[in-house]
This record gives sequence, C-alpha cells and structure tokens, in this order.
Amino acid sequence: MSDLTDLTVAQIRDGFRAGDFSAREVAEAFNANVAAAKALNAFIVETPEHALAAAGQADKDRAAGTLKPLSGVPIGMKDLFCTQGVQTTAASHMLEGFTPTYESTVSAKLWDAGAGMLGKLNLDQFAMGSSNETSYFGNVISPWRRADANGLGGNAPLAPGGSSGGSSSAIAARLCPAATGTDTGGSIRQPAAFTGISGIKPTYGRCSRWGIIAFASSLDQAGPMARDVRDCAIMLENMAGFDPKDSTSLDMAVPQWEAGLSADMKGKKVGIPKEYRVEGLDADVARVWDAGIAWLKDAGAEIVEVSLPHSKYALPAYYIIAPAEASSNLARYDGVRYGLRELPEGANLQDMYAATRAAGFGAEVKRRIIIGTYVLSAGFYDAYYTQAQKVRTLIARDFAQAFEQCDVILAPTAPSAAFALGDKTADPLAMYLNDVFAVPASLAGLPAMSVPGGLSKDGLPLGLQIIGPAFDEQAVLNAGLAIEERAGFTARAEKWW
Amino acid sequence: MTESTYRIAGATGDWEVVIGLEVHAQVVSQAKLFSGAATAFGAEPNSQVSLVDAAMPGMLPVPNKECIRQAVRTGLAINAQINKWSRFDRKNYFYADLPQGYQISQLYHPLVGEGALTIDADEKAGIPEDKVIGIERIHVEQDAGKLMHDQHPTRSYVDLNRSGVALMEIVSRPDMRSPAEAGAYVRKLRAILRYVGSCDGNMEEGSMRADVNVSVRKPGEEFGTRTETKNVNSVRFVMATIEYEARRQVDVLESGGRIVQETRLFNPDTGTTRSMRSKEDAHDYRYFPDPDLLPLELTDSFIEDCRHSLPELPDAKRRRYVEILGLTAYQAGELTAEVDWAIYFDRLVERTSLETGKEASEIAKRCANLLLNDIFGYLNKFGVSQGMDAVTGEPVGLISTAQGAQLIRLVEQGILSGPLYKQVFEAIAATPEMPADYVERHGLKQTSDTGAIDAAIAKILADNEDKVAQYKGGKEALFGFFVGQTMKAMQGKANPGVVNELLKKALG
Repeated sequence: MSDLTDLTVAQIRDGFRAGDFSAREVAEAFNANVAAAKALNAFIVETPEHALAAAGQADKDRAAGTLKPLSGVPIGMKDLFCTQGVQTTAASHMLEGFTPTYESTVSAKLWDAGAGMLGKLNLDQFAMGSSNETSYFGNVISPWRRADANGLGGNAPLAPGGSSGGSSSAIAARLCPAATGTDTGGSIRQPAAFTGISGIKPTYGRCSRWGIIAFASSLDQAGPMARDVRDCAIMLENMAGFDPKDSTSLDMAVPQWEAGLSADMKGKKVGIPKEYRVEGLDADVARVWDAGIAWLKDAGAEIVEVSLPHSKYALPAYYIIAPAEASSNLARYDGVRYGLRELPEGANLQDMYAATRAAGFGAEVKRRIIIGTYVLSAGFYDAYYTQAQKVRTLIARDFAQAFEQCDVILAPTAPSAAFALGDKTADPLAMYLNDVFAVPASLAGLPAMSVPGGLSKDGLPLGLQIIGPAFDEQAVLNAGLAIEERAGFTARAEKWW
Repeated sequence: MTESTYRIAGATGDWEVVIGLEVHAQVVSQAKLFSGAATAFGAEPNSQVSLVDAAMPGMLPVPNKECIRQAVRTGLAINAQINKWSRFDRKNYFYADLPQGYQISQLYHPLVGEGALTIDADEKAGIPEDKVIGIERIHVEQDAGKLMHDQHPTRSYVDLNRSGVALMEIVSRPDMRSPAEAGAYVRKLRAILRYVGSCDGNMEEGSMRADVNVSVRKPGEEFGTRTETKNVNSVRFVMATIEYEARRQVDVLESGGRIVQETRLFNPDTGTTRSMRSKEDAHDYRYFPDPDLLPLELTDSFIEDCRHSLPELPDAKRRRYVEILGLTAYQAGELTAEVDWAIYFDRLVERTSLETGKEASEIAKRCANLLLNDIFGYLNKFGVSQGMDAVTGEPVGLISTAQGAQLIRLVEQGILSGPLYKQVFEAIAATPEMPADYVERHGLKQTSDTGAIDAAIAKILADNEDKVAQYKGGKEALFGFFVGQTMKAMQGKANPGVVNELLKKALG
C-alpha cells in the first residue's frame, strides 16, 4: 500500500469506506508525520489524541454502518478557530494559554461530519501578514526550496505565505490532507499558491464566522485548503451553512459541490482582467497565466477580455478598511477578562491596558491597530474610511459588470512565487503588495480560489486564481478542476525536514 | 403658543434657560440587545453574562427582534418617523465595564427619527398651556456593565449583568425653557414608556436616566454654549441640575467668563454639578458602521404590527375622559398620569357600568372620586402602593375593581349614604371582603323607615326651637344643619332623600 499520507481527502474517505485501511491507521500515519516535522513549525498545538479519538469513532461507525461525510479524515485546524478545550491563540502572545469553552461553528461542523483534528495550525498573528513571520510562536517554514541550479541561494528558508501559512505548509508537507484557512485579503489563496496546493475562499457569508477570532469582520471568511479541487469541494460542503449566531451568515442551502464538479468548460466564458496585466509583471507569473488561459480554452471555454477599472485602488482601500475594523475588533484584548494581563506595580486601569497591549501584540498587529485608529479618527474618517467604502462599492460594481460578460475570471493569485523569510519584513508596503491580486475579490465578497499552475524558473509553485460571481462556488471549482486536469501539477517539495 | 416666563435674574438683566434632554431608557425585554442573556434587575453579579456579553474571542452580536420592536413602538407612541433602514455603529473607547472595547449604538442612521410629545399645562408650575417638545431621534444601543469600587480595598470589581442590555436613547430638541418644563417632559416621557411597556421607567433602579443639556441666553438671542450633565437619575435631580447649572452659567457669564462645552456630573448630596471633562479632552469615539451586523431593514407589516400593538396613550385617554366621560381636565390628568391606575380606572368604569346598568358617563365621576379621593387618599395616609398583581392587574393588598364597582352600586342604589360609603371603603380597602357582605354583616344599610326618621326629626326640632324659628324667619341655610343632625341621630343610615323630604314637611 502506498503511504497513507500521500492520499487526498477523497482517497482517504473512499479507501476507508472500502475497507482498504482503518481510520486509526490514517490518523497514526499523519500523527507521525506531524511529530516528525517540527522543523516546519506548522503547528502551535498538536492534538494526536483528538485525531485518534475521531478515528476510533470512525472505525466504530464503519462497523455500525453509520459513516459520516468525513469519517476517517484527519485535518488541521488554523489556530484562529476557537476549539473547545484546546488552546486557541491566533498566534498571539495576547492569547497564549487561552482555552475556549466553546467550539467555532465551522470546526464543530467538521467534527460533526466525522473529521478529526491533528492540531492547531500556525498563522500570522491575528491573521495579519502574508508570510507567517508575524506569529508570536515563530514563523512557519515552507517545505519548498528553490532549485539550486540558478545559484539564487536555493537553501534559503521560504515563506509559506500567509496568513494561513501553517495550513499551506502542513498540507504541502503531507502533515495533513486538508486544513481550514481563513481569508481576509488573500490569506487562503496566497499561501496555497506559494506551496503548490489548492484553496478556496467562498462567498462572504457562506461559512459562519462565529467562533473565529476576528480580524476584519466584513472581509473574514473561512475556507478549505487541500491538495486538489475535489478535496476543497468536499471540505467546503462540510464547513459552509447558515448560522443564526452570525448575522452576516448567508441563509442559503449548501450546494453539493463535489457532485457538481465538471471540468467541461464548453459554453463558458472566462474573463481576463486587463488591469491585472500590470507593467513589470513577473515573467513566470505571466507565463503560467497564459498557460491557464490556454488550458481553459482547451476545456472548451471562450476567453474574453474584461475590465476591472478600479482594481488599482483595491489595495489602498483594503489597507484602510481591514485595519479600521481590526483596530476595533482587537479592542477586547485588554487584560480584564482573559488572555494576557500585564499589571505593573501601582498601575491604574490605563496603565494596565497599555502594558498588556504593548506586551501582547506583535509589531504588525500594532501597526494595523494604529493605522485603523488613525483612519477612523475625527477629521480623517471621511477622507479615509468613507472614501475606501466608496471604492469598495465601485470594485464590487466592476465585478458585477464583468460577470455580465463572463462566468469566471482568471488571474494570477500572487505577483511572485514564495519569497525568502526575512525578505520583506523590513518593508511593510512590499509585503502588502503581495495581496494585490487577491484583495479585490475579498472587497467584493466573491468566491475565489487558487490552484497550482506550474513552477517558476526557481522551481517554486505558482498559483492561478479563479474568481466567480457571488454564490457560484461551483463555477470557480469547475474552472479550477479544468486547470488542474490540464496543468498536471505533480511537483512536490522534497523532504528536508 | 405662550412662552415660558421662567427667568434667571442676573445683574445685567433676565436670562432665559434652554434645555435639551437625552433620556436613556432600558428596554423591557427578556434578553439583551445582541445576546440571549437575561436582563432581570438585582441578579447575582455576573450571573447574566453570555459569551457575547463578555466579548470572548470570535463572538458575534445578533440583534434581538423584541428590543427593536419595543423601540419602534416607542417611536410610534411619540408619532415619530420610523426609519425602515437603520444601521448599528460602533462607538470605540476603553473602559473596564465595556468588554468589547466599543459600544454598539446608532450614530449615523437611527431607528427612529423626528417625533414629539406634549407636556400638559400646569399653571402652578408656570406652564400656562400644553406645550409640544420636539424629539430629534431615538436610537438603540447597548448598556455597559457596572464597576464596583467598594468590594475590595485596592481593587475594583466588574459586574457584566447589565453589559449588552438594550437602551433607547431618546434625544429631545432644545425646546424646554424651565426646570418645570423639563420635569414635566421626563414625567410625560416616562408615562408614555410605561403605557407602551417598552421601559419600566424606574429611575431609582437606573432603568431610566437623563443627560441634561443646559445653556443660557438673553431672551431672543442666539443659543449659548451648552454643558451636558450626565446620568441624572430622578425628575427632581433633573430639575435641580437645571436650576444649579443655569444659575452657575449666568454667574460665569456676568463675571466676564465664558461657558466651555463640557461634560459635568451632578452631585445629589449638594445639588451642584462639577466638571468631568471638557470638549478638548473628550474621547474620539471613532464611530463606524459595525461590520458584524447587517443594516436593519423593517417591513411595512412589522411596523403596522407594532402600531396595532400600542395601547391607548395618555393624551388620547385624557381627551376621552373629558369628552366622553365628562370628567374635568384636572381629573383626567391625574387619572392618566400612571398607566397602572389608568387601566384600573378604565376597568372600574366598565365594571361599575355593568353593576349598575348605567352608562359609563353617568358613573364616571363616582369612579374618579373613588380613585382620586378615596384610594389615593388612603395611599397617602397608610403608605405606598405595593403595585399591581402581575396576573390580575389588580392592586396588591388594595381594593379591587370588583369591590369598587359594587361599592359604587350600593351608593347608586341608595343603600349606602355618603358617610356609610366612607366607612365601608375604609373597612374593606385592604381586605378582600365584598362591600355588600360587609354592609350585611354590620347591618349598615341605610334606612327609609319614615317612622324612625320622623321620630328623630321630631326630637331634633324640639331640642332646637331657636333654630327652627330662625329658619322659619327666612334663614334657609339652616336646612343643612337639620339634615346633618338627623343623619347623626340616625347614625348615618338614613336615606338622605327621605330625610330631606320629611324635614321639609316637618318644617312646613
């Protein structure tokens, strides 16, 4: 039998059902991989016992004939999801040791579906970052290394992308077959692209935000990350659904995305946004994008040029709206009720706030709180926040108009392949630019996914992004599948850890 | 409209005071504005706190429809514009009683827009005629928790029971011109809230409190700079705040000073206000739309349901009492001031009408007298009301409408005279005994036995020959004296009609 950890979610599910192996064998295999991959620092907390317990239940259920959709499948949980009885930190010192008494809606749905948890995955602190370097618990390292041939320093440790970098790294390194991610401005798609896996951010409101530690409420959206499109569909079906505890949750039935998968693009139109073809676009990125166009054409799609004229304002608008919301969302971490409390000798309430927040938050979190506080301040609100909201409306309108001419949009996921850790930490703007292609779909609340498209000349994965109209995850998944079938992306990181 | 003549006398002449009130009224509902936690007053600290109220990571607010409904009903009760599209905003500031680090409120798009209420004329208080006070808006927001500084020598404790409870902030126009008008406004608003049932109006429990905005000006001039005195929690204190603050401002201005826009605190012990913080160091609340919540969109049918659920409101009731029941404006005002007693009165009239077979308008005056003279008099004499029974709606430990209606019937039927009525009322007021039973038990029925009355009259006329002579000499006012003496001799049981008749005959 091949290594169980090489199997996809669908293969594990089906093989387990067919009696090829037990759920316990699967859990043990992944637990072993997790335990042996400390060098990647992908997990903040490992929970082998949780995975084994779920596996034990799955084995019983199989015997009893009461299988659930994800019986036998262990997964990784981004440490932004509150998990009952298991430390939940958002990768921040602020919440070190915080153990929720409650389970997030999304994780609860996954456990109800029979999945087990291998551990809590590392991330950028409060999901703020594009490289995982802002985690209080140390950065995750990508399993990928540049090819040595070009002399660019192939052994430099690379960023796994962010903020869901623990998820991407763990999946690429076969520490888990799938994981949850959250995407506020690209935090599922960009790490998926950096590590050669797939990930989808569904329409805003598909997955409940209840129990997910908030970064920017109007943008945060949970989604799955996995090795292929089918696995994303399976996972998403078991994460999505209306939740009365989240006012912004979509009150819509969850489609059977896996059953609806079809790589046939005949009669479909794929829009290519001309504004994304920016000057100085990385040659590898452009090449993979062109390949993606060719593959979709090959699958029967018609290619049309579309215009998203306000794209260039997306990043500035995002970096006003997201920090504004974050500055308010993170006000609750004040040392009064839970989490870190710093109480210097003789301190009053204000001193306690200042000391606690100074010690508890990392530099990037502080930067965004300060930006957010500034843009909401009296006298600046209209110039920044109100203006950014207008831009957001215009961007959503751009997409709505584009989708009058096409079914999905194809674009690069990120402007480059993974960069080396430390490369961009000194320049926050350079770091923010990494999200330039991902942010517009976030602002518009649209479903968008990244699938592997090929390798850069350094031998690093590059992702292709598919953006769909609201509620049409199926169109996004299908276009992703059409690319996946033609890209033949089989490259994987060579094990060094 | 006659303007208030209330003035503050200063060295440079008379000053006029301009008052606006922001009243915070706690919404009556089982659960908090955005969480399922309970809202009962007086529970053990931190026993009514949900994960949302404590602002645990990842928790989200979900609007409680009942709170929205109560605010809409309140808006309708003041004839206000109901905004079918409104939105919640976050008001950001740090404090230990504010777990989220922001209060969810409504700055930009409140639920209720422009409305008004009428304060009633009160000659004695210097309100010569009814006056309309504009209400700018009502918005819905979360209350904060409570800090307790007296539990530990060096630490403060936080009770989050109140955290997240729904408040309505009812913002008036600066339309009031005297402490009396402000007092009348708060009382009227409280009455309306209680009629509607959207707030219990208990200021001493903190479920209603006012921020008092005061400025002064020379009559006819532009508005002056105002100060805002926060969290004043009784009608009396609202009036005291205005009196103190107006005087203070006049003194400052007349001594060449300037009023600074600031927030002040009222000290109930001294009746004075002191500065809390000035506008310069005021918080920047960084209001912005709450991204956890969708805009609140109301349907026409929801608003209509709210409208239909409203009871008859005090102004309408007052008009009906005067126009249909024939009561005086004074009586109507007194009867409608408190919703519980107004409901009692309506039921008393209805029952009495059934008992006596008479039209409501025929017995309304007796009913009004029973309530205003006898019951309120009894309460004044023997202590405060224990309130109404939640199930029956009847006053606890006090005469029920069934007892009252029967008492009035006994009078209407001539069975009880005035003095007997009083005696029976006082005897049964705090008991469940029916008046007829009591009358029966004590043999108190008034008598029309002409023999007995004639005998009594004969004795009285014989004992008072001088007065009989005066009466016959034209001093007819003495007739009342003979009636009184006869009634006394009959121990109040004589039928006054029969007494009159027989006396007239006897005096020839």
